[in-house]
Amino acid sequence: MAMEKDLNPNSPRIRKLKDNSYPNTPTSRMSNNQRDNHYHNVPNSPRDYNYTPSSPTARIRHRRRSNEIPAEVNRSNVSNLLLGDKNKYRSMWIRTCSSLWMLGGVVFIIYMGHLYIWAMVVVIQIFMTRELFFLLRRAHEERRLPGFRLLNWHFFFTAMLFVYGRILQQQLVNTVSSDRFIYKLVSGLIKYQMVICYFLYIAGFMWFIVTLKKKMYKYQFGQYAWTHMILIIVFIQSSFTVANIFEGIFWFLLPAALIAMNDVAAYFFGFYFGKTPLIKLSPKKTWEGFIGASVATIISAFFFANVIGQFQWFTCPRKDLSTGWLHCDPGPLFRPEYYPLPSWIAPFSPWKEISILPVQWHAFSLGLFASVIAPFGGFFASGFKRAFKIKDFGDSIPGHGGFTDRMDCQMVMAVFAYIYIQSFIVHQDYSVEMILDQISRSLGHEEQKMLYVKLGDILRHKLKAGF
Amino acid sequence: MQKENTGDAATSARTTRVRHRKRNSDVVAGAKPNGSHLLVNNRSKYKSFLVRAYSTIWMIGGFALIVYLGHLYITAMVVVIQIFMARELFNLLRKTHEDKQLPGFRLLNWHFFFTAMLFVYGRILSQRLVNTVTPDKVLYRLVTNLIKYHMAICYSLYISGFVWFILTLKKKMYKYQFSQYAWTHMILIVVFTQSSFTVANIFEGIFWFLLPASLIVINDIFAYICGFFFGRTPLIKLSPKKTWEGFIGASITTMISAFLLANVMGRFLWLTCPREDLSTGWLHCDPGPLFKQETHAIPGWISDWFPWKEISILPVQWHALCLGLFASIIAPFGGFFASGFKRAFKVKDFGDSIPGHGGITDRMDCQMVMAVFAYIYHQSFVVPQSLSVDKLLDQIITSLTLEEQQALFMKLGQMLQEKVIGS
Repeated sequence: MAMEKDLNPNSPRIRKLKDNSYPNTPTSRMSNNQRDNHYHNVPNSPRDYNYTPSSPTARIRHRRRSNEIPAEVNRSNVSNLLLGDKNKYRSMWIRTCSSLWMLGGVVFIIYMGHLYIWAMVVVIQIFMTRELFFLLRRAHEERRLPGFRLLNWHFFFTAMLFVYGRILQQQLVNTVSSDRFIYKLVSGLIKYQMVICYFLYIAGFMWFIVTLKKKMYKYQFGQYAWTHMILIIVFIQSSFTVANIFEGIFWFLLPAALIAMNDVAAYFFGFYFGKTPLIKLSPKKTWEGFIGASVATIISAFFFANVIGQFQWFTCPRKDLSTGWLHCDPGPLFRPEYYPLPSWIAPFSPWKEISILPVQWHAFSLGLFASVIAPFGGFFASGFKRAFKIKDFGDSIPGHGGFTDRMDCQMVMAVFAYIYIQSFIVHQDYSVEMILDQISRSLGHEEQKMLYVKLGDILRHKLKAGF
Repeated sequence: MQKENTGDAATSARTTRVRHRKRNSDVVAGAKPNGSHLLVNNRSKYKSFLVRAYSTIWMIGGFALIVYLGHLYITAMVVVIQIFMARELFNLLRKTHEDKQLPGFRLLNWHFFFTAMLFVYGRILSQRLVNTVTPDKVLYRLVTNLIKYHMAICYSLYISGFVWFILTLKKKMYKYQFSQYAWTHMILIVVFTQSSFTVANIFEGIFWFLLPASLIVINDIFAYICGFFFGRTPLIKLSPKKTWEGFIGASITTMISAFLLANVMGRFLWLTCPREDLSTGWLHCDPGPLFKQETHAIPGWISDWFPWKEISILPVQWHALCLGLFASIIAPFGGFFASGFKRAFKVKDFGDSIPGHGGITDRMDCQMVMAVFAYIYHQSFVVPQSLSVDKLLDQIITSLTLEEQQALFMKLGQMLQEKVIGS
């Protein structure tokens, strides 16, 4: 998500490229001979930048070329911004290519439906976790601790079971309610879900303590804490994302699109107008890019919500884990309301009135958050990389870095979207449904009638007391 | 009182600790090399035993008083303990040199602490708060609105802390600041998970807080005593003073005492009734089937020895056996974790608030693991079993708002009518 080439030869970024102070990226692990050999195989088109897990060459070739250019460019004060970079067109081309591929993939998955989007989120999550697990491992200690990596994945599996079990509990029950036997099995599992996950966690905890090795205590505790932080960060945002998806793809698509739009708009506004640096943490970001992107994001949030809100595929919640088409009553938020145009605009446009979905006003808040606060997720990631002297979290995506680089702002946005939905877009029915479910499952008919009578008494008493 | 000792004489307490350690190592130099670190061979163990016993008695006395006073006071005690634990842990990995260059950074820690407190206790006590203010209309509306937007409020507080953190990142201090940030999160998670579950247990009935806590204390004390008298074989490299004899003796004692203690505690309504609101008065309720005595006839071959023909057992005593089993076998791993942690970061104790025991975190390390287990056990095995009309009714009243209760009432009516028509 960061802007590209940094031209000032005295800037810390170029200096860093010259030292080998990135201990963990594939580039620094190669020797100078290897790097020179790779450098001679310069490709001529972006199509050669195919992704393989061990292709540090693409990244190196980038860096070398940008290293050579600055010597020739005029060193003005503006030079460390994107404006003067002749090489920016090539990097923009690469970024555009991978962006288009990613966009195409996401559109396809959305067309396929809720379950496939969930699968995509899980896959992204696995890749992010893998990148982050690798980040602070030290190969020397790892060799003396066999099975330690397995512990990480044990906690990952436990967290996955816990988080998705809680979120998709009701959907799972609805899916299997037709088959008596599986229904009993699944409701039993759900009832004891917390216990199962807890015992898995405690098993991992005990395993950790039993495998503590003398003189490696500090490393092991550090890794344990690091694992917890990673899993918390990754799972909170992905669980909220999945919860949003099953509320209706709209609530997943709109925030994600706003972040992508904010990124792209900031890039282009910085490309053409960028002059004043925004924050020391990310020297390539500019105030012009920031403000231009904010305005663009808020406006496009308004229109985008209108466009997306008209499709039932996006606005209907999914009550079970099926993959078919959805039909539902979208609710008052998605019914168009008609406002007559004020008279001074009416002569200019052919329409007499505009239709606005009430959800578009909510989209304003989402757009505002996406443009003002979500970039702080990016700043956090930049600061983190700077603190631990890492260039990128990984190199899965050419031109963009790793998955975590793409998802850093999305994470903040997903959490906000979930909380916004739960607080301001009212859902009252779930706990009532859960208790009704419990009543019908665990009480007999006579007891249900007794409950009904007693509840009626209590409510009547409360009403009399003056509500 | 111990508090006065620690309050005005922190340095003297520290010297006490130093004197302790010195004396132990002096004696050890003269004792046998193999068993030299075990408590059995330590001559000055009697003096340290007295100091520990003295502070233990004070703690138990204070604790009993608070339990007598009630749910709200126990919650206050938990909150105070939590604040002290967080403070100890925050102070643990700070480096004074860096801190001088970062004014206001400690304030950030307490901001996150306050946010976590609001979030956690808001979620747990929200319905009880509503039940407390039900008579007053204005307060009721205010409180229900606050609860509706509770998550949004806490999230905004958290995000403002996050943004503040990013804006105060200082060049060359990035690594320290990020580590402190991660450390703060870990501390708050560890402290608040267990204290929130503890408070949830308390409001389910003091029994579900008192029994697990007592079991941990009993396990500790008997492990100490059994190790004192019989300890020979070391248990684990992490804690060289723990022995297998102490461990096994304590396990057996804990399980037996769990069985008996549950019987004793289960007879008091004060301990077994859940608290539906935040009042402090006496409680009357129907304790539920778990606490109703069942009499079992003693088999013939035992009854010849005993004068009683049958024994009365509360069903909850079987649950207490599970709690006792966990407290003796798995909860000590919390202590091992804390020992390993102290060894890893070369810290002798988490603090020195309690003479003879160390800091508050040293006392609470096993309690934390136990509190989480007790909550999960209670939610999974105790609550569903005792599901009856009254329990469900209580659940409906405590966890739904008035509008939701009315919606439930109407839907239930519809469901019953459909069943009548259908059957």
